[in-house]
Amino acid sequence: MELSLTARNVLLGATMLGALGGMLGSFALLRRQSLLGDALAHAALPGVCLAFLLTGSKSPLPLFVGALVAGLAGSLLILATVRWSRIKEDSAIGIVLSVFFGIGIVLLTYIQKLPTGNQSGLDKYLFGQAATLVKEDLQVMAVLGAVVVAAVALFYKELKVLSFDPGFGASLGLPMKRLEILLTLLLVIVVVVGLQTVGVVLIVATLITPAAAARQWTDRLGAMVLLSAGIGAVAGVIGSLVSATVPRLPTGPVIVVVSSGVLIVSLLFAPRRGLLWALLQERRVAGRIRRENLLKDLYLAGEREGSFAGFVSWPQLMGVRGQTSGELARSARPLERAGLLEREGDALRLTRAGLAEAESVVRKHRLWELYLTRRLELPSDHVHRDAEAMEHALTDEAVERLEELLGFPAVDPHGRPIPARGRAA
Amino acid sequence: MAIPGIFRARVAPETAAAGEAEEAARPRVAGAAPAVEVHDLTVAYRTQPVLWDVDLQLPEGKLIAIVGPNGAGKSTLLKAILGLVPAVTGWVQIFGEPYARRRSWVGYVPQRESVDWDFPTSALDVVTMGLYGQIGWFRRPGKRHRETALASLEKVGMREYAHRQISQLSGGQQQRVFLARALAQDARLYLMDEPFAGVDATTERAILTLLKELRATGRTVVAVHHDLQTVAEYFDHVVLLNMRLVAAGPVTTTFTAENLQRTYGGRLTVLTQASEALLQKRSVEGIAAGGTGEGEPWS
Amino acid sequence: MSPTLVILLVASCVAASCALVGSFLVLRKMALLGDAISHAVLPGIAIAFLVTGDRAALPMVLGAGALGLITVMLVELFNRSRRLREDASIGVVFPALFSLGVILISRYASQVDLDLDCVLYGEIAYTPWDTLTVSGSDVGPKALWVNGAILLANLVFVSLLGKELKLSTFDGGLAASLGFSPTVLHYLLMSAVSITVVGAFESVGAILVVAMLVVPPATAYLLTERLGWMIGLAVALGVASAGAGYAIARWLDCSIAGAMASVAGLMFVAALLFSPGHGLLARLLIHRRMGNRLAGELLLLHLQKGGEGLPVVTLERRFGWDPRRLHRVLGRLLRQGWVERAGEGLRLTARGAQALEASGRAQLAHRL
Repeated sequence: MELSLTARNVLLGATMLGALGGMLGSFALLRRQSLLGDALAHAALPGVCLAFLLTGSKSPLPLFVGALVAGLAGSLLILATVRWSRIKEDSAIGIVLSVFFGIGIVLLTYIQKLPTGNQSGLDKYLFGQAATLVKEDLQVMAVLGAVVVAAVALFYKELKVLSFDPGFGASLGLPMKRLEILLTLLLVIVVVVGLQTVGVVLIVATLITPAAAARQWTDRLGAMVLLSAGIGAVAGVIGSLVSATVPRLPTGPVIVVVSSGVLIVSLLFAPRRGLLWALLQERRVAGRIRRENLLKDLYLAGEREGSFAGFVSWPQLMGVRGQTSGELARSARPLERAGLLEREGDALRLTRAGLAEAESVVRKHRLWELYLTRRLELPSDHVHRDAEAMEHALTDEAVERLEELLGFPAVDPHGRPIPARGRAA
Repeated sequence: MAIPGIFRARVAPETAAAGEAEEAARPRVAGAAPAVEVHDLTVAYRTQPVLWDVDLQLPEGKLIAIVGPNGAGKSTLLKAILGLVPAVTGWVQIFGEPYARRRSWVGYVPQRESVDWDFPTSALDVVTMGLYGQIGWFRRPGKRHRETALASLEKVGMREYAHRQISQLSGGQQQRVFLARALAQDARLYLMDEPFAGVDATTERAILTLLKELRATGRTVVAVHHDLQTVAEYFDHVVLLNMRLVAAGPVTTTFTAENLQRTYGGRLTVLTQASEALLQKRSVEGIAAGGTGEGEPWS
Repeated sequence: MSPTLVILLVASCVAASCALVGSFLVLRKMALLGDAISHAVLPGIAIAFLVTGDRAALPMVLGAGALGLITVMLVELFNRSRRLREDASIGVVFPALFSLGVILISRYASQVDLDLDCVLYGEIAYTPWDTLTVSGSDVGPKALWVNGAILLANLVFVSLLGKELKLSTFDGGLAASLGFSPTVLHYLLMSAVSITVVGAFESVGAILVVAMLVVPPATAYLLTERLGWMIGLAVALGVASAGAGYAIARWLDCSIAGAMASVAGLMFVAALLFSPGHGLLARLLIHRRMGNRLAGELLLLHLQKGGEGLPVVTLERRFGWDPRRLHRVLGRLLRQGWVERAGEGLRLTARGAQALEASGRAQLAHRL
């Protein structure tokens, strides 16, 4: 695909912004300052306008300095308000965000009515117009980006301590206050870089959304920072390409929609932290518990009969736990396939292997009951419920230790025999 | 936080000035200086004094408990020793020098609840943070630091969990990771904020063993402690604190019912709990001493 | 009605309804949820517009209200899943929804007068000419009807459920035990916020809604201790900033909504600095005074402890204070006659001992 010069500029700018935003967003997310970036972006607007009013120039550098100063002023105001008054952080952020923006709008509309103001193009900072990025903008971006990356790389381990345990960091003699200011400064730089590309409102998403997505995939800060930068960059690439090919599709919102899509996928499908994974895990455990319970029910029926050779009828098994026929079948079928059950018409019995499995479950149950009554001195009529849960949770190693601890007992607190290990097998 | 501008004490006077009459008794030999020396320390949050005129000397090589009711300023005392909160008056010295010069001699174990355990990092990584002071700016932890960190994890029985994400550790294991981080610093003085709070029995035993090992190698441990019943069993020295210093000294002579009464005032539940512990201890000791009750500090 | 009057009335309605619900947002530490809702209603408005094809008020209010509730639910869902914290949940939800809204509008509705800039800062100046026609006859400006109705609804809401909201704000557990479900109240409040935001959206735009929701209530919060007063004051401040903002906008020929937010901000800064109870200046003075008192008491206590003629250098070293500061405090104590010179040093006078006794610090010393 042949890209126009504009499209190439957009692509470059969006990718750089995505990577920088994702990188710093990781720290903001972990320090629970997700919305600080939002406030900084809004606070930067009056700075841009004032810089234009003072210098009358549209070149990136003075506008950038204006935004930087206003953004820093906004963040300091938030800090000071929270620290020295009864106003809470959420209100302080809301106040700085909306009032600075209001002042910015006043200045902006004022400038637009000036004779020179019409062509100022400052309103691109509201929604961002990536298409207006010129080479000079990109050069400023690249230099600032390099500064940000270098700072994060050089101070990586200090920033890590700052994000995890600032009190401990201070006890090591690290200048935590100064590092905090450094991090805020870097955040302001990225926010200002982003103003022109995605606009005031959406900057927060270029910071937080990739970081939140990356967090789901990894448990290491370094990996998270890199992954987050990667997600941000990819969203930038896709967003700018899509908006270049489809007419009337603004770049910023498309970037945000793409990274939000990545976040949703991450929240659902990431291994271990993914919600779907957790759900599956839960269902796996529930299924195993149901199957173990069926084996145990068959064992107990056999114990009552004095023989495990007989078949137990389907309705009787349904009656034990009030299961429907379907539920019972769902537990029975995999056990049958695994060769632990035999089925004859409408009745089930344990195979040799199934008996061994069932014994192991019953063993855990009864050993735990005994442990609770002997060691924790709970009354024997109070221990069944607890054992009902523990029989599915105890590991083989724990059972062995338990048996040892209890002196290899033969009967449980209710006088029923505790199956020995591996007797049936 | 105390208000800047109202007053801010220097952490310690110039050592040259320390020659006054009542200071003459202070040991001048560097090695013989007490582990922690606190003089006229007052700390205020805004205008509310939290610690009031505390004078304290803590000996080296002992296990020392700081005990007192909620809001007595126990954590604040640790933080003031570390210079984490500014003092209104007074100064602190560690082994005869201001903290800034003794930083590498001190290991700090904050309260477990003070951090976000869902942070994306491993146990080994957290322990390595203890070495960041030694590693210095702009440098990455190297193999040597990794070895040190692993060895510290080994000491608290957590080596096999080195690569676990910290949220997957139990509360007791998290506490042990924090201890390992302090161990990695290889300090002479350890300041611990409630190391026994909310841990399981196994961890409690492990921590205790560790503290005793530290003492055996001549280290000093100062720990904020909540459980009055175990003070006498776990610690050598006790500091009773309730905004002011009530008493400090060896457990046997300082941890008395009278001092506890003065520390906790009329808080009956605590007192009952404590006196039960005292009674128990007394009867055990009474039996051990053949019922003579001699040298009896509890009357 | 003159256009000026219409604009002022609309702005006052918006400011008052925002202050009514915003007070509870501020007290419940949910100001940023209001921010999120104010952005996230955009796709609701866009969808209502695309479905009905015109800018009829009711579908837009319904569409936007629904999106407001969806925002709250999504934030809560993420939060509950414990994969994201609340600040992050807010920070990912509203930009995503806002982006969808912008995309819908620029793709499908860019020819019509849903101007994107107005989404952010509104265009209240046009409200007098956007009139509502009922069965052929012109009944007056639409925005006035919509925002008037919303104000009325909010008034009813707060007067009916104010007590319950207050209870669940300060003691959720107690409220639940008395049978007022905090969840139900939470969603009721959020519905009220959503509808308020929609009404205000066209007039003052998304971000300036936040100013109206948060700034006057926060200002009132600095000025009073009582909830009823706080709400009333917030309404008054909101209406006042609307009026003053309009005047300034006329004078400077700039955005009306922006000027209103700026005035509200100025009022907040004034309260932050000068509020008698919670202002920074008042606090600074109190801290100064208390700090000086504390310093004096500390010195008295040390002189008491130190006995006769404690040299100033000893005090200087012990306290580690800046010598100028020490001398200032000592000077005051000397003037008050609580301390007197004794040879090379200082000692406590009988009056000083009395003062120390009276301060309560000595009792503290005695008690221990």
